[in-house]
Amino acid sequence: MKEKTQVAEIDRSLYDFRYDENERDFLDSGITPEIISEISDEKNDPEWMREFRQRSLEIYNKTPMVEWGPSIEGLNVDNIVTYIRQKSRMNTDWNDVPDDIKQTFEKLGIPQAERESLAGVGAQYDSELVYHNVRQEVAESGVVYTDLESAMHDERYADLIKSHFMKLVPPTDHKFAALHGAVWSGGSFVYVPKNVHLDIPLQSYFRLNAKGAGQFEHTLIILEEGAYLHFIEGCSAPKYYEAGLHAGCVELFVGKGATLRYSTIENWSKNMYNLNTKRALVQENGRIEWVSGSFGSHVSYLYPMSILNGRGASAEFTGITFAGEGQNLDTGAKIVHNAPDTSSYMNTKSISKSGGTSTFRSAVVVNENAHGSKSSVSCESLMLDRISRSDTVPAMDIRTKHCDIGHEAKIGRISDESVFYLMSRGLSEEEAKAMIVRGFADNVSKELPLEYAMEMNNLIGLEMHGSIG
Amino acid sequence: MSELLKINGLTASAEEKELLHGVELTIGEGETHVLMGPNGAGKSTLGSVIMGNPEYKVTDGSILFDGNDITALSADKRAKLGIFLSFQNPIEIPGITLSEFLRNALEQVTGKHLKLWDFKKKLKAAMELLEMDTSYADRDLNVGFSGGEKKKAEILQLLILEPKLAILDETDSGLDVDAVKTVSKGIEEYRSRTNGSLLVITHNTKILEALNVDKTHILAAGTVVAEGSGELVNEVIENGFEKYIVRE
Repeated sequence: MKEKTQVAEIDRSLYDFRYDENERDFLDSGITPEIISEISDEKNDPEWMREFRQRSLEIYNKTPMVEWGPSIEGLNVDNIVTYIRQKSRMNTDWNDVPDDIKQTFEKLGIPQAERESLAGVGAQYDSELVYHNVRQEVAESGVVYTDLESAMHDERYADLIKSHFMKLVPPTDHKFAALHGAVWSGGSFVYVPKNVHLDIPLQSYFRLNAKGAGQFEHTLIILEEGAYLHFIEGCSAPKYYEAGLHAGCVELFVGKGATLRYSTIENWSKNMYNLNTKRALVQENGRIEWVSGSFGSHVSYLYPMSILNGRGASAEFTGITFAGEGQNLDTGAKIVHNAPDTSSYMNTKSISKSGGTSTFRSAVVVNENAHGSKSSVSCESLMLDRISRSDTVPAMDIRTKHCDIGHEAKIGRISDESVFYLMSRGLSEEEAKAMIVRGFADNVSKELPLEYAMEMNNLIGLEMHGSIG
Repeated sequence: MSELLKINGLTASAEEKELLHGVELTIGEGETHVLMGPNGAGKSTLGSVIMGNPEYKVTDGSILFDGNDITALSADKRAKLGIFLSFQNPIEIPGITLSEFLRNALEQVTGKHLKLWDFKKKLKAAMELLEMDTSYADRDLNVGFSGGEKKKAEILQLLILEPKLAILDETDSGLDVDAVKTVSKGIEEYRSRTNGSLLVITHNTKILEALNVDKTHILAAGTVVAEGSGELVNEVIENGFEKYIVRE
């Protein structure tokens, strides 16, 4: 019989596998100017990037540790191997990818996914892109989808990268932005020319594998006027025993009248510190749509920010966070209305169970010049038991009277009555709870691409499994 | 006629407070029983306990269904054996459509996979019988339904799930005359199609008109204080519960 409510039991070990890393080179733990210099040598950085990394390290050393959110005491940055060089170089042919890496990807189903509906796959294994392919048609439309490092050395894009790299998220932003500036490695570069409308989504799949390795990938996306792109970022990491760190950075430049949809579903292993920074700058009548699912990690700080910088620009943020045992996920979004007639909509759901903590943190800033702007924030939390915790921290900074701002927050527990109702129709307790949670998450999963919605449903089923009794 | 449900000396409590005291009640296969009683007598509690609501603790006695002791079974297992409870206040479940939920429930109860097309046909026919707008199938379960639509949706579930025993907890309350007619049409259809048994909790005769009542039970202060034929319903409606209430 086919089970419909209770999704197929997924073997958690799918996310927990790890291959030997003996063939790879580790740099010494700890971060010194010499190490940064080695990274630059390794990557053959242009002079400006060498300087940028060193300057970022100085800022990093001067910037105090983050103290306003969940505790990150368990993280010892000096002990994290910041960069692991991959033996293999960039590959565009699947057949050339080393076997162990291939197995990892095959377990994740990347080539199949690519064959089916994805335009290109940029998969990150440890710190470097090892597999990268863009379909012919995408390349022919003038769209550039490559890894950031090689793009930096390509004279066609070098200036573009230099003028955009870490301009939205400067190393002075916070300690981990500075760390990122110093040690960043790998990531994607996407450029969509004027009026090019890409119908198929581009996808990148990030993974961490080596023990104690941090991941500092950088994503830079530039959409020219009137362009459209859907970019999907997926993350999952195998379990390992030392605290892992993810401090990536995403910078999105959305031109006049352009629309960028940026979807993420992350399922880091439960010992990861996910301290990621994402930011979009949106010009006149441009639009950014974020869809964000956070399931994994031990601690997360994640608040994608949208700066609406031109008249009529808009932002939509749809997010879901699921915090289980031992997880403290602090997620949300920030929107800055910096031009007239801009609009934003934020819709988030957070779920906590088995003692997990989920905090929704939002900030809406409406500057004096942003008259005629609208903003609506809606956040809902669901706690599945009495030992879990859910907090909502909404902030609003409104500097003009001529705007329309709304905020709605709901926090609730899964009711025994609802569970009994569904059980009285033949659903087991676990199925009933999974159905309620899935229903709660429904308007978020609707926003996800099909295979991601399925993955999210699977993750919910996985998280719910064994949560009874 | 063989016994479908047999309740022996059922004593149950919630939050340390005893609500049912030694209830005795037997329903035969294909029989229609009516359960009446003043407000707060424990009628809904009894229905809920038969269904297996974990909110109530059975402290004494037993519930037999089809000859099996189900006293310790969870609600989903009872549903699979063929017990159904129409809720007085059906619960809203956001994000899950009526159709999606019902197909799921049907597969759970029958243990069989049903083709989507066949299910949709079945659902449509039942909705038409109940004069429900078929667009309700794609709406979230009970969310934003009027009181009447919620009750119809309960009877719709009854028609699709076809249990052996249906407990209808004040399915007629809050319904206008036409809606009561439609709902009883649905109940009649269930009866004639499945020869299922009914335990109808009600204050009115309207819903019973189309049904042939085999037995009436009067519950007061957590015990069955009187039993009789279908005629007893009319007597109660006329004279009230006064004579069944023991004053101390």
